[in-house]
Amino acid sequence: MSEHDVLNPKEMPLNPEKATLEGKNKFIGFWFFLGGETVLFASLFGTYLALNGSTNGGSSSQELFGLELVFIMTMLLLTSSLTSVYAMYHMKNNDFKKMQIWLGITVALGLGFLGFEIYEFYHYIHHYEFTLRSSAFGSAFYTLVGFHGGHVVFGLSWIIALMIRNAKRGLNLYNAPKFYIASLYWHFIDVVWVFIFTVVYLMGVL
Amino acid sequence: MAEKSSLHPAQLDYERQKRKDEMKQQVVTFALMIIFTIISFSMVIAEIDKLFVIPVIIVLAAVQVGFQLYYFMHMSHKGHELPAFMFYGGVFAAFLTILALIALVWW
Amino acid sequence: MSTMVATNKRSFGSVLWDYLTTVDHKKIAILYLVAGGFFFIVGGLEAMAIRWQLVTPMNDFVSAGLYNELITMHGTKMIFLAAMPLIFAFMNAVVPLQIGARDVAFPFLNSLGFWLFLFGGIMLNVGWITGGAADAGWTAYAPLSTTSPGEGVDYYVLGLQISGAGTLIGGINFLVTIVNMRAPGMTYMRMPLFTWTAFVASALILFAFPALTVGLFLMMFDRLFGSGFFDPNMGGNSVIWQHLFWIFGHPEVYILALPAFGIFSEIIATFSRKRLFGYSAMVFATVLIGFLGFMVWAHHMFTVGMGPAANSIFAVATMAIAIPTGIKIFNWLFTLWGGNIQINTAMLWSLGFIPTFTLGGMTGVMVAAASADYQFHDSYFVVAHFHYVIVGGVVFALFAATHYWWPKMFGKILNETLGKITFWFFFIGFHMTFFIQHFLGLMGMPRRYWVYKEGQGLDLGNAISTAGAFLMAIGTIVLLYNVIITSVKGEKVGGDPWGARTLEWAIPSPPPFYNFKQLPLVRGLDPLWIEKTEGRDGMTPAEPIGDIHMPNNSFLPFIMSLGFFIAGFGFIYQKYDLAWLSLVFIGMGIALGSMLMRSVKDDLGYHIHKEDLVKEAKE
Ligand SMILES: [Cu+2]
Repeated sequence: MSEHDVLNPKEMPLNPEKATLEGKNKFIGFWFFLGGETVLFASLFGTYLALNGSTNGGSSSQELFGLELVFIMTMLLLTSSLTSVYAMYHMKNNDFKKMQIWLGITVALGLGFLGFEIYEFYHYIHHYEFTLRSSAFGSAFYTLVGFHGGHVVFGLSWIIALMIRNAKRGLNLYNAPKFYIASLYWHFIDVVWVFIFTVVYLMGVL
Repeated sequence: MAEKSSLHPAQLDYERQKRKDEMKQQVVTFALMIIFTIISFSMVIAEIDKLFVIPVIIVLAAVQVGFQLYYFMHMSHKGHELPAFMFYGGVFAAFLTILALIALVWW
Repeated sequence: MSTMVATNKRSFGSVLWDYLTTVDHKKIAILYLVAGGFFFIVGGLEAMAIRWQLVTPMNDFVSAGLYNELITMHGTKMIFLAAMPLIFAFMNAVVPLQIGARDVAFPFLNSLGFWLFLFGGIMLNVGWITGGAADAGWTAYAPLSTTSPGEGVDYYVLGLQISGAGTLIGGINFLVTIVNMRAPGMTYMRMPLFTWTAFVASALILFAFPALTVGLFLMMFDRLFGSGFFDPNMGGNSVIWQHLFWIFGHPEVYILALPAFGIFSEIIATFSRKRLFGYSAMVFATVLIGFLGFMVWAHHMFTVGMGPAANSIFAVATMAIAIPTGIKIFNWLFTLWGGNIQINTAMLWSLGFIPTFTLGGMTGVMVAAASADYQFHDSYFVVAHFHYVIVGGVVFALFAATHYWWPKMFGKILNETLGKITFWFFFIGFHMTFFIQHFLGLMGMPRRYWVYKEGQGLDLGNAISTAGAFLMAIGTIVLLYNVIITSVKGEKVGGDPWGARTLEWAIPSPPPFYNFKQLPLVRGLDPLWIEKTEGRDGMTPAEPIGDIHMPNNSFLPFIMSLGFFIAGFGFIYQKYDLAWLSLVFIGMGIALGSMLMRSVKDDLGYHIHKEDLVKEAKE
């Protein structure tokens, strides 16, 4: 297949993300990468679970966590996962405009999540003086949740960059795999969050 | 390099319809995920016994993640055998890591 | 921009630029070989300083502090900056050729992996010039590491973080290459054993390195940002570091050892003129070792106090690994059995490996017995054990691979006489150095001590050990001389100088940059051998001559790695003055900016046209 066919395909195949060898490589490689990310987050979860009682006389999880905010954040992120499924649905139907719209909604929800998370951290720091340096529990909490937040920031920047870069030219066999793996990344962020709200927040207030 | 997929129009319509149906399924999955989340939160708010709540919310989380993987991330589709294998390899290492850090750090 | 191989002499500048921007796996292999070889020699010099300090009782060749830096940097360097990249050198040089591919799956990432490794490696060593390298041992146990003054351990943490990212990228690249880029007919069960071991080792990298990544982040936060993961005063727990380090650290042993097994399997089969005995059992054993390798890490922590239940579980799991390893040893022996054996340098290393590694495996079972380990732990017995495994297994393999694949990489055979001299000096020197250390350990000599007292029966053993180290050094110097003399005087050889069996020998030495003009049709295990036995010269092509797609070179991997390197200094020195944070922003700006550029700029590669290929064939 020539460069021209990749950028201007005569017709879009059913699975444009896997139509080229580069696409197939990206698809497989990114799944493998997520396998590694699982171990990364497991190490952080394990550390958190080992240290969540080590408050060193400072604020404990029961004193800190409130569930209202976490519930809203969870709903935002879960919904953004569904909207990115919609985006990929339209990508496969070669409907670029609808894909961009759903990706836009995904980004908006993600930004909402991020805003709440920043507010939450701000709140802990200013009202409870609970920081990375307060206790081993504080270190573990900010590192685990912060790593997830960092993934959200990276995922959002990635999706936004892809949307802007391709806004004018639409879908082709070169960018379809990029959109696809970015959406996989976004789902994975949601997967991690499901465990964070369960293990950190829900188990934290018990 | 790439197999040309000049599909028969009928075949194309069939595939499109299949995807549409799948999309409906995904909305149902999403609804279930929301319900699971609400159950988890309300059980914690209702202050039911810890020993009961913790296993239940962890199972609910695991099922929810299964939904994400198989329906939202399409691991149920064919061509995902190797991704699934390597992903579960990661889950295996992850499991051992968490187990050790819970059980073998304080004594 | 389809430039063909330039046959005329090029200027130094253009060669340098070519290597700085290359995405060709064969050139990246050479980069890994040079960089890894350099660090190997520096790590060897550090080892010589250690041995010289211990040559007599109460020696004062180096101070206690410098001694700590020497042992730390020797261990860290040899594992991360010498053994790993040298293994990667041969994986890069050989794996794509063995599976009949024109390149790796992610050529850009392949280059990024190398430059991250190199900049990380440089960062690790910066401590030597800024007043103190890392001095908390290669395992960097907390709280020794978290309280070590100066910046040495900071350089350890950030250097390993950067080079570890490169390794992870490299691992994913090889996994996908082997999954997706195999030539027609190259099924999994027809892959050469070196490719198989590279595959399993890459999977281990994927699952093991993230634990190290997290461990290093936690240590970085503890040292630089005041967190308390490992600090009991804040409720932290230093055992967490030990777990994370060894969850990575034990699989790391197999990340190094499995490809080494693969190398020997290739060499022994080739020079016995026999198919590898028990190929499928070998594949099975490789996978099983990889799997079991994840369940044994706590055997490094028997004396921490995890309790008898945990110790027993990890002891039994560890001993279980002896079974697949034993399968391998027997399969090599049976491959030799009745073979038409040709003994050359590569084969000498392989034959030397079998008994040496078996000894290392046997002491491995000994230290795996938890109760006995209380006696062995932190003594020279352990030092002897892991040098038998890592030098006797991995370094021997690297020497063997150097001799075996040198003609493929550079088109010339290394001088055999010099090669044999290297082998005998190194082999005898190795056993002199380390065999006696078993007994020093049993006599109670602890590892990592910078002096020992007179009259405790340790003098003679240490003197012998140091003398052996000099023999190893001589062997290495002879090898260096061999490399130079071969490059200058060596004669060009053809594609298949050894009469070998696998695909890499079916193409010219060194291979053209597109590897295979036509992808080969693979009809079984040892595909080239099959064609030879049926009287054909080379492989039967699986496709007609056509355009070949090639990736573009790129300078971005270098820039990206440089960005992280700069940011690393900012992270370290902001602990003294927050103004240094500006370096973090500059460095991360460079790195993230080049990532964005990579994402935004289309890079579709180019094609070598069919006509050019045909024309080239006629010339
Ligand atoms: Cu081990």
